[in-house]
Amino acid sequence: MARKSPTKEPAAPPKVEESMTGTTVFNVPLPADTKALKGMSPIVVKQPYHIDYIHSYGQDSPFFAGLSNGKLLGTKCGKCDYTYATPRLACTQCGRETRWVELPQSGRVHTFTTCYFGGEEFLKETPFHLVLVEFDGVDTLFLSRLVGPAGPEEIRIGMKVTAKFRRNSQLKSSDVYFVPAG
Amino acid sequence: MRPVYMVSGGVSKFAKSRPDATFQKIVKESFDYAVNDVPKLKRSMIDGSVVSYFSDHFTRQLMAGIMAVDYLGLCPKPNKRIEGGGATGGLCFQAGWEAVASGRMNVCAAFGFETMSHVPTWKGNEFIALASDVSFDYPVGGFYSGYYAMMVNRHMHEFGTTVEQLAMVSVKNHMNAYGNPYAQKRRKLTIADVRNSAMVAYPLTLLDICVMSDGAATCILADEETAFRLTDRPVKITGVGTGTDMMRMADRPHAEVLLAPNEKKSDYRNLKYPGVHSFRAGRSAGLQAYRMAGITDPLKQLDFVELHDAYTSSEIQTYEDLALCKYGDGGKFVEAGYPFMPQIDYGMKLPMKGTLPVNPSGGLIACGHPVGATGLMQAVFAFWQIQGSIKKHYGSGELQLKKADRGLIHSHAGTGTYVTVSIMERGW
Repeated sequence: MARKSPTKEPAAPPKVEESMTGTTVFNVPLPADTKALKGMSPIVVKQPYHIDYIHSYGQDSPFFAGLSNGKLLGTKCGKCDYTYATPRLACTQCGRETRWVELPQSGRVHTFTTCYFGGEEFLKETPFHLVLVEFDGVDTLFLSRLVGPAGPEEIRIGMKVTAKFRRNSQLKSSDVYFVPAG
Repeated sequence: MRPVYMVSGGVSKFAKSRPDATFQKIVKESFDYAVNDVPKLKRSMIDGSVVSYFSDHFTRQLMAGIMAVDYLGLCPKPNKRIEGGGATGGLCFQAGWEAVASGRMNVCAAFGFETMSHVPTWKGNEFIALASDVSFDYPVGGFYSGYYAMMVNRHMHEFGTTVEQLAMVSVKNHMNAYGNPYAQKRRKLTIADVRNSAMVAYPLTLLDICVMSDGAATCILADEETAFRLTDRPVKITGVGTGTDMMRMADRPHAEVLLAPNEKKSDYRNLKYPGVHSFRAGRSAGLQAYRMAGITDPLKQLDFVELHDAYTSSEIQTYEDLALCKYGDGGKFVEAGYPFMPQIDYGMKLPMKGTLPVNPSGGLIACGHPVGATGLMQAVFAFWQIQGSIKKHYGSGELQLKKADRGLIHSHAGTGTYVTVSIMERGW
């Protein structure tokens, strides 16, 4: 694989946060002549928006209970033998209901990236590594974080990785992460 | 089904933000442009419309579609919203095609928009990341640049694709957009510029990735009889295809390649497909459209392609899905010079003059990607190329291809989750 270090130091998130707060205006001057209204500067207002979603993991719930008990659970189809690393309670090959199985806790890096930016929620955690992990005997891959390597130059496709679990479970898919094996 | 033609198109200028106008007004700019371009088209002749936009999160306005429709004065005629992630615009174009092909409408307006500037870029990235599995993928910090970076790292591992080949795509598309007045980013770049820009998700830099945008685009589609009544240069839609794939790229199976007519099983003896390096939905969509349009050798039978280059890497992956070259050869395809415009100086030494220009408009990377408008924008730029009217619409004929009788447009969502391919041809 053509592996190259980043050609530049990774860019840090912007130092000065862009603020959306400006002067609070109570009155907007309005021209007396209505013909002048089309030339008026647009009025831009701030609309804060916050929601607490009640998100159910539904049929996938045992996976998250597994994480908080140090277990990585996938599913397997009794008819096709197809094994899913990210659980699915229905087999995509034949449509039958699958059963829960324990996955191996070590595998290999199928592919990876190092993120220097991200969605806003995760900006404070950058840079971080994402990996797709492949397990022996499992047909699909598993998306997770890789913790340990300093930069992408320390990660290679095929390297062995081992699962670790957060001590304080948050009941999120981020409760499991991987580290280089050995 | 009856034949469907595109008779007109319009695009608003794509920009980082448009505080001077609400989304309804931006849609109207593109709609009025399209309507005014065919003087014989009266608004009363439009039987109905389809409207596309991707995310309600950006506008914090539900049912924004009808607000665009009522602003245009198209009530009480039929309308529906079309949504499918990044492929929203391409799906909308095909929904317009369906409305006319089925006989439900003689003239259908297909328009789309996105106004992404209402939130800062990294919040926008978060919204887009919600178009990945929110139970499993999003919470580990998954976001689209990261997903595509993982896909191209595997592509590089499997096929030897290089970051310089990715950068060539960026140089090409930005340079093409230099002559496109509707594009958001019109820059002359070098491979070094692309590699030296901020790393977003290794190996993809800021200049390997498209930007957020505010913009709208409109296509007017009509049946054969109406089309020739309205214009002497209608463009016929001769093929449509749509493919799907699993939302989580980690779930993509390893099976056999869907073979294009110009390929053999022995070409891919050892390739596990689609894996995370290829888009099965893109291949499926392409093959459907090729079959319908009677295309057996796309590299020879197409004159240009407008494809969904949200990332330089996905442009290279898409060359392969569309069978412009074999799977694995996408990097070599750009390096050889195939997808460049023959008449443009890119500041690079290329082994050959372009034979199948890809993204002559500048693509998403340079034009911007106001999601709901993008697929329709490609249709408009393709329509103008085929009509030979680039000079009229751009103010310069520099980007007009000499031969542009048949073009392909391609719209793509998720990690290749929904993909549409439509073939457009000279209809007169």
